[in-house]
Amino acid sequence: MHMLEVVDIYKSYGSCEVLKGLSFTVDKDETKVIIGTSGTGKSTLLKCINQLDPPDKGEVWLEGEDITNPSIDLNRIRQKIGFVFQDFNLFNHLTALQNVSIGLEKVKKIEKENAREKALEELRRVGLEKQSCQYPAQLSGGQKQRVGIARALAMDPAIILFDEPTSALDPELIGDVLDVMKNLAGKVAMLIVTHEMGFARNVADEIIFMEGGTIIESGPPEQMFNNPKKERTRQFLGRISTLYGKE
Amino acid sequence: MILLGINSIINNIPFLLEGLGVTIALTVVSVTLATVFGILLAMGRCYTRQPLPFLIYIYEKVFRGLPLLIIFFLVYFGLSQQGIHIKAFYAAVTGLVLHSTAYQIQIFRSAILAIPEGQQTAAMSLGMSKPKTIFYIILPQVLRLSIPGWSNEFTILLKDTSIAFSIGVVELMARGDAINSMNPSGILHVLLFIALLYFILVFSINKGLNYLEKRYRLSGYEVTAVQ
Ligand SMILES: Nc1ncnc2c1ncn2[C@@H]1O[C@H](COP(=O)(O)OP(=O)(O)OP(=O)(O)O)[C@@H](O)[C@H]1O
Ligand SMILES: [Mg+2]
Repeated sequence: MHMLEVVDIYKSYGSCEVLKGLSFTVDKDETKVIIGTSGTGKSTLLKCINQLDPPDKGEVWLEGEDITNPSIDLNRIRQKIGFVFQDFNLFNHLTALQNVSIGLEKVKKIEKENAREKALEELRRVGLEKQSCQYPAQLSGGQKQRVGIARALAMDPAIILFDEPTSALDPELIGDVLDVMKNLAGKVAMLIVTHEMGFARNVADEIIFMEGGTIIESGPPEQMFNNPKKERTRQFLGRISTLYGKE
Repeated sequence: MILLGINSIINNIPFLLEGLGVTIALTVVSVTLATVFGILLAMGRCYTRQPLPFLIYIYEKVFRGLPLLIIFFLVYFGLSQQGIHIKAFYAAVTGLVLHSTAYQIQIFRSAILAIPEGQQTAAMSLGMSKPKTIFYIILPQVLRLSIPGWSNEFTILLKDTSIAFSIGVVELMARGDAINSMNPSGILHVLLFIALLYFILVFSINKGLNYLEKRYRLSGYEVTAVQ
């Protein structure tokens, strides 16, 4: 049984078909990276997976459960799917610690003291225990995103989805966030949309190249970078390497 | 002259303070109710299905468009003519609440609209239900953003209570009027004294709420909605 299994999903907005039949799986503790040009439907795909914006057709299975089934309790399912946003979306009125603990307290109904303790542990894991009492507005972009990751981690999710977690950050802050993610690799299943090719190459178990709402090619980083089967993959990776630099 | 006026005030201070008590009671009861209704109806306008938002919108338009005096007369004399007799105090509360709620809906609604969409998305992705999201995520931010607009409305309502005089509520203005009719020569001083009392009340409310605003302000997240 796969941790996550996406089966032939379709999604349209009005007459614009964004996802045109995608299938793939993510296993326990596996790291998969999705790459592709802008407007290809990567964010849409992630929102289809945690049902923030359910697919029109196809199925999403999480730990052996069909979560596209309309009778399912989505609030229960979403606790198992962490989500890290491009623009952080931290709760503005809560401190870093409260941002991490609120899901534990109000959703998982863990006692406040234990929730705070666990939240502090997660902040420590992303190197921010000193900032626990600061509000989002008092944190740098990189720190905000690490709080975002801690908030997702605290829920003990089966998988974490990342939507371009570093693309709103200044270049010198990207490294901190990628380091945190690198440390998570192999400990929790991750599905990451990113343009960070160096990270993809070093950390991913598999890279999925998406274009026009379908998967063009997927495979281990070595194969994708050195020996892609499709001409289009070669073009894209060639172009993006000159844009973002090789590593 | 001056002595007469001052005497008029000093002799009647307990009498005036009782009126002040009624003014304060009228204000506190009305502002509390109007705030609760204002928040609920603002949420109704933002989060429910038609036709509720439309009906709330109509309510807002109507009661923002009527002079308070007309509302008071309608509630008090109008209902009384229909055989529904309510005490002047409660009629005044009803009028003030109807009027102020219409303004407060607008204050809270613009604060709700100022909360970024991502706050709700993030709460949903944690598995938080909609009611919990509203209660723990949206509302605390809405209240903070609303403080300046709300304090403004609070002081307007306080001053508006003086119109309750017109339907016979014995509040501060009515007490002043009673003193003046017994001793017309003190009228200017008594009125100035009443004006001073209103001013002190408004001033302290503003000070208090300013403090509240500062206390709950989050640095870098300054109030941007409804000034
Ligand atoms: N809510 C929506 N309503 C209408 N169209 C949408 C909506 N969300 C996305 N789209 C469209 O779907 C397409 C794919 O969008 P999506 O955000 O998934 O792309 P993306 O691959 O994440 O791009 P980027 O790299 O720029 O983030 C775009 O053409 C976009 O305009
Ligand atoms: Mg996107």
